[in-house]
Amino acid sequence: MRVNLSKKRTEDPFVAKVEELSGQNLMVCYQCGKCSAGCPAVSDMDILPNQIIRFAQLGLKEELLKSKAIWICASCLTCNSRCPKGINIAEVIEAIRQILLRKRQDHVKVEKLTEEEREDVPPIALISNFRKFTS
Amino acid sequence: MKLSYFPGCTLKNHAKNFEDSALCALNNLGIEVQELDRWNCCGTVFSFSTDDLIHHIAPIRNLIRVKEQDSDKVMTLCAMCYNTLKRSNLRMQNDKESLDIINDLMYREEVKYEGDVSVFHLLEFLKEEVKFENLTKRVVKPIKKLKVASYYGCLLVRPKEIGFDDQENPTILDNLMEALGADPIDFPYKTECCAAYQTVDKPEIVADRTFQILTSAQNQGAEVVVVSCPLCAFNLDHRQKHTQKKYPEFKNIPILYFTQLLAIALGCSEETLRLDLHYVDPKPILKEKALI
Repeated sequence: MRVNLSKKRTEDPFVAKVEELSGQNLMVCYQCGKCSAGCPAVSDMDILPNQIIRFAQLGLKEELLKSKAIWICASCLTCNSRCPKGINIAEVIEAIRQILLRKRQDHVKVEKLTEEEREDVPPIALISNFRKFTS
Repeated sequence: MKLSYFPGCTLKNHAKNFEDSALCALNNLGIEVQELDRWNCCGTVFSFSTDDLIHHIAPIRNLIRVKEQDSDKVMTLCAMCYNTLKRSNLRMQNDKESLDIINDLMYREEVKYEGDVSVFHLLEFLKEEVKFENLTKRVVKPIKKLKVASYYGCLLVRPKEIGFDDQENPTILDNLMEALGADPIDFPYKTECCAAYQTVDKPEIVADRTFQILTSAQNQGAEVVVVSCPLCAFNLDHRQKHTQKKYPEFKNIPILYFTQLLAIALGCSEETLRLDLHYVDPKPILKEKALI
């Protein structure tokens, strides 16, 4: 993948928004990779958790907003519990999801779920799924 | 002793086996439980975004209901409810400004929330208040010769601020199983996420995770796996159907709530176990061990 870096991108309001929504200081990450090493979902991700932080530091907004990985994370918090710098990575990923969801760009279309998908699962699954993946 | 109890949405339907078994066990321990009046869904997930206060109203309203019962603590069974209620409560206790806004938004409530309710899980209560050694003395039917792997999942132990056991190596369920007479089985996937709500739109991920978690437990010799979360229970039990399709070599294993084994040990009847709600039938193994 070809990535163009520029100082301008790091100053994009997107970076500040991610930091604000997540309450995290992205710049303290030194890319040790423990978050990705412990993440149970990496095999389904296109950008790994440590790369998500790096991309966010660099203001790679489009790459993050169109990534599959942000919807694969299930907020299990294994990354948070192992980060030696105390960054809440799951909150950073949530912030990126929120930026899309707050523009009504839902990941799950409730009306498109089949009857079987809706009836088969318990309320706890539906509610948490809709809370995380719809606006 | 009377305990205020918050059931949450799924304990009244899909996880009725969890509720009925827990209530019977507590009753047999002589502990009176009072369900909250007018409780509402906690929202199931804690709201991560710093500015998203509106989603803290659901959990905090339940804590007002606790105060209305003249109580200052509330028990949960569901791991997701526990996590959500406890984390929202912690945020309000540490952030007066947010608490004031939440109270303003709930201006029609007669009671104000002041961060003065504590949230605890049944497992904590059994360990701290009843104590496992006393529990052993109350056992009428020991869970003998049953190899039980305890699956903790995410929400009882993470984040550290609200978890009641070691994040990397929790043992509270294993210790409880031992107190009931069972053989606890340790396995490396006991805190690995089951993929939770991905089960709705990406069940194939859950099938992978269920395969890894349950195969790991089986490799250590587990005959059943116990859980404390209705979503984990659904993914590990009902999603074995998908798992088997994807991995033909996979062998089914029964999933139980820890309260079902507790109820058996404390002399509850088979009806309270609601074994009809399981996908993988636990009856054959329970009958083999003369537990039902």
